[in-house]
Amino acid sequence: MVNATINGQSVSMPEGSSILEAVFATGNHVPTLCGLREVSEIGACRVCMVEVEGVDRLVPACNSPLEEGMAVRTDTPRVLEARRVNVQLLLSQHDSRCPTCVRNGNCVLQFLAQELNVLEEPYRPNITREPWDAGFPLIRDSSKCVRCLRCVQVCAKVQGCNVWDIKNRATRLDVAVRDGLSIAEAGCVLCGQCITHCPTGALRARDDTDTVLEALADPEVLCVAQVAPAVRTSWGEGMAWEDSASEGRMVATLKALGFDYVFDTNFAADMTIMEEGSEFLERLKEGDVGDNGPMFTSCCPGWVRFVREHRPDKLGRLSSAKSPQQIFGALLKSYVAPKLGMREPRSAEDYLGAVREGAGIGIGLDTHPQGEGANDLAALAARAENGAAAGQPASPQRIFCVSFMPCVAKKYEAAVEAMVREGEPDVDAVITVRELQRMVRMTHTNPALLEDAAFDSPMDEGSGAAVIFGTTGGVMEAALRSAYYLVTGENPDPEAFSAVRGTEGWKEQVFDMAGTPVRTAVVSGLENAAKLLDALDAGEVSYDFVEVMACPGGCTGGGGQPIHEACELAGQRGTVLYGLDKKRATRFSHENPSVGACYEDFLDKPLSHRAEELLHTDQSQW
Amino acid sequence: MDLIEVLKPTAAEAVVNDVCDTLARRAQAGSVGICPVELTDAFVSLCAAQSCGKCVPCRIGLAKMHGIIAGILDGQGCPEDLETLERTARVTYASADCAIGYETGAMVLRAVEGFRGDFLSHSQDGRCTGGSRDAVPCRMGCPAQVDIPGYVALVHAGRYDDAVRLIRKDNPFPLACGLICEHPCESACRRGVVDDAVNIRALKRYAVDHAEAMFAVQPDGSPAPEAAPFHYEPTGKRIAIIGGGPAGLTAAYYLALMGHSPVVYEQREHLGGMMRYGIPAYRFPREELDREVDWIVSQGVEVHCGVSVPQDITLDQLRQDCDAVYVAIGAHQEKSLGLEGENAEGVLSAVEMLRAIGDGFMHDFTGQSIVVVGGGNVAMDVARTSMRLGAASVTVVYRRRVEDMTAQDEEIEGAVAEGCDIRELTAPARIITEGDKVCGLEVQPQMIGAFDRGRPKPVKADAPTEVIPCDRVLMAVGQAVGSGPFAADGIPVRWGQIVASPFGEVEGMPGVFCGGDCESGPATVIRAIAAGKAAARNIDAHLGFSHSISVDVEVPAAQASDRMPCGRSNTTERMAALRKHDFNIMEKGLSDQEALQESSRCLRCDRFGLGAFREGRLQSW
Repeated sequence: MVNATINGQSVSMPEGSSILEAVFATGNHVPTLCGLREVSEIGACRVCMVEVEGVDRLVPACNSPLEEGMAVRTDTPRVLEARRVNVQLLLSQHDSRCPTCVRNGNCVLQFLAQELNVLEEPYRPNITREPWDAGFPLIRDSSKCVRCLRCVQVCAKVQGCNVWDIKNRATRLDVAVRDGLSIAEAGCVLCGQCITHCPTGALRARDDTDTVLEALADPEVLCVAQVAPAVRTSWGEGMAWEDSASEGRMVATLKALGFDYVFDTNFAADMTIMEEGSEFLERLKEGDVGDNGPMFTSCCPGWVRFVREHRPDKLGRLSSAKSPQQIFGALLKSYVAPKLGMREPRSAEDYLGAVREGAGIGIGLDTHPQGEGANDLAALAARAENGAAAGQPASPQRIFCVSFMPCVAKKYEAAVEAMVREGEPDVDAVITVRELQRMVRMTHTNPALLEDAAFDSPMDEGSGAAVIFGTTGGVMEAALRSAYYLVTGENPDPEAFSAVRGTEGWKEQVFDMAGTPVRTAVVSGLENAAKLLDALDAGEVSYDFVEVMACPGGCTGGGGQPIHEACELAGQRGTVLYGLDKKRATRFSHENPSVGACYEDFLDKPLSHRAEELLHTDQSQW
Repeated sequence: MDLIEVLKPTAAEAVVNDVCDTLARRAQAGSVGICPVELTDAFVSLCAAQSCGKCVPCRIGLAKMHGIIAGILDGQGCPEDLETLERTARVTYASADCAIGYETGAMVLRAVEGFRGDFLSHSQDGRCTGGSRDAVPCRMGCPAQVDIPGYVALVHAGRYDDAVRLIRKDNPFPLACGLICEHPCESACRRGVVDDAVNIRALKRYAVDHAEAMFAVQPDGSPAPEAAPFHYEPTGKRIAIIGGGPAGLTAAYYLALMGHSPVVYEQREHLGGMMRYGIPAYRFPREELDREVDWIVSQGVEVHCGVSVPQDITLDQLRQDCDAVYVAIGAHQEKSLGLEGENAEGVLSAVEMLRAIGDGFMHDFTGQSIVVVGGGNVAMDVARTSMRLGAASVTVVYRRRVEDMTAQDEEIEGAVAEGCDIRELTAPARIITEGDKVCGLEVQPQMIGAFDRGRPKPVKADAPTEVIPCDRVLMAVGQAVGSGPFAADGIPVRWGQIVASPFGEVEGMPGVFCGGDCESGPATVIRAIAAGKAAARNIDAHLGFSHSISVDVEVPAAQASDRMPCGRSNTTERMAALRKHDFNIMEKGLSDQEALQESSRCLRCDRFGLGAFREGRLQSW
């Protein structure tokens, strides 16, 4: 132990502790800006400076080890002056038009300026404005960047992608996409971890709320929401309605926003399990695992994009099952749409026929404003008017599917060409949890005043297995629960595979599947994934089935989740999901009655011809 | 009449002088990895501050050049900028009234020419060209990229064995380099910004002096387990290494760690190359060299001394017998000036003399007058060696000035202290003989003149020649590569040096690599080590492997201290009057007290600045 004093208070800390940790241990506080524990401790911002007796210059608390006998002061005039001046210097290069900044109210720099009572800006501003492709799901605004380099570090160290780099030196040092590339060509997988670790509004996801609000306002459009498991754990975080942010209240809130139907992506997650689990068992039977390489899960688009951009040799090892979001969209527009009281609904056969022919597609495509051969808005209006004149009920012409996701990469996935047929996408818009919060806030919807509501049928039910999709290990556990049933005809103990739980980056476990050992691994964080791939290539490990989630901790730590400075909430949110799992009517995907009905009425059986057409994809063609 | 005030420097002037001194030091220490365009901009702005403001090109031109470069750096440049800049610089050079202006113009022209790519990258792409980062300046300054802050911290913590192990990750010659490295790391050392560079070489020697166990070899020549680094599984690949100097032995060492079987063919009787056949024992005692070489060989290097390629075994044979060949034959051929009388008895080349000493043959110069021709380190080595061989007098003859000598300052000072006489601005003209024997050197006095290729050139002075009577003339005027036989075997040679790709591959001969002095021309031990290290990696890759070299030494955390200015502890030498009579080691290492203070002077650039960025410390290569 190391003994020291903080503002006169004695403290005893384990060897290797930083001054900052000691300060927090005594209940004192030191503000920080650039540091990110265990990822980036480069001491760039000089805000956490403290005074150490016997040392003339100030010392950064974040990356200085606590030494025996050290007498630290966090509260001297010199310390305060240094913090304030360094914040003022940062402000001189920061576009402080806070009212229109997405991080207004949740910005470390803004908070520091307030906390330190910085009321004046003595330095002449010089703010850089680098051009950026506004259509890309990830947006960087150089005028907000404080050059803390967290994004560079997270991208390189946690996600192994090295998209960001330092550009220039000296007074013109800046962060930029590496090697002068554009963001689209730099191997960015859109995990969004740089966004959730940015202290300011320099990095954000593209805002698609306007598109959704337009659709909600259009009486010709039937708006359908699907909600991913991890969204329900976090949608109230930091908001006025945090205390009433239950799952049922979330459904009620989406309805209040104007969605005609609110479904649960969990239904589609159960479908994914049926398809992916069956595919795995087939590969296992054919010996196409183990030495041939494992089958990798494919439900995380950040991971799929990582494989495409960084390890294309592994594309053939991905499960061909679409992600729950896309399965949901495909089933919505084929299987469910006819049941939703659409005017002139197309039958499922029509939809599928269009898929096969690669021709026009979608329900009411001919009125889709963006579709091939679509009528223009005037014609649309004229038709609505005619309908009204004919005294017909104003029933919608078009389905607009919005998915609520803890993820930025889902925005990319929904727009992948293979997921769009003749202009009709499976999913029309993807909204992150942060955008959902902003939608609720801007429409002045008050969840606290609403009554809980249930998901709509028939895509209402999700098993416990589906709900844990949102956390690392969840897809593996869910798949194993059903695979066990498919092999043995009996349900396992639902807790039988809980060994894959926990937020460690790389877990492995061998399970006995009716006499066949199944070697599984679960990784989250793409640097861990990269290490696993290296180990596979080097022959150091061998697996049959590997789950990969791009974000550390899985979707609960997703790049579309609410941002809380210095808090990693993936584990905590995951615990909520495991709680929900236990409360579900069934904990097995194959026992989800909606799933059973879907196969019975529509798909026949997993991996059937129709299932392959609708629910599977070839990621190499993305 | 007005009275004349006796001017004394004001306080402000004293500070200005101090700033200028600091600036000079800082320019030296902070130059690794700097953006050349930023540097040019800063330089022009400093020059503009010196302008008196009278003449147009200096007053306005310098400011405009600064503005143009700053605009380029800010990404607001236009395509014509570079042309405008060049034109302005040209005119400033051609038309400014005084040196403040025209020298700035000349410098900008040199910069635009020298860094055109960097200027274009900034003006067209708005960014620096890629390239190395100056994360840790000393490490970047070291050709072998040794983890200097790491081992300095280990020395400070008293962990000398670990310090040696950490050095060996990148350089298997910590002992040699502790004694004779020319330490380019120190020129880059950021401590120079505060006061003076850390004495890195002396700290390395200190670590080695306190880590005897790290050099242990079993009596049967096998490695002592406690000192042995990690070896990969044997691969069964044989690699022939031609030349047992620092390049060849470094390659052999790392190839052995990678599991291959290196076989060294050395044409002389002993290993060590120039470390034995060039560097005198008073700088690098033979028993110390043997200790280091024996340890390296014990790690799995097969050695055949007294075997010459291609006389005893041909290159083709080696290519057939082995999976790869590394040519590291050094530069061991003497050069001559072609003076009249150069073949007379008593004329000896430095290479010849030092080589004989390397094999244990000591000339007897007792009572003789010796003249040494040359101004490099080798000239100093033979001068000081002559003293130790009993010479009555040693005169070094050099055609330029002492400050133009390429020998290191401490070598020149050491030679003078030991009684060598240095005659600068003296060009050898002819060797005077009596019969077949040397009896003097006729010299032509010189005068220093205009610059030629970056340094002033001597010209013949209007003065008569003189004769320096002597018994021997030692020619130390450079070495060449004995590349002839290899050229005959089809290895490409240019200006006598072997030509290889940046990765050491010899064109047209797959599996043949080359490096060290024979490729670069005569350089330094650390450059040869760096070449050998690169060769090991590239040969490993050529054979289809990817063995990485690492070491499990944890470096102590950097402490939060001020690092206030503190003088640099230099090593001292034994008294000149005593040391000049023997070949015992001349330099005295740091004391415990000095080493503790000196190691605390390290600024730990591995932790501060960009050192902690991204991957941080490079654990392996």
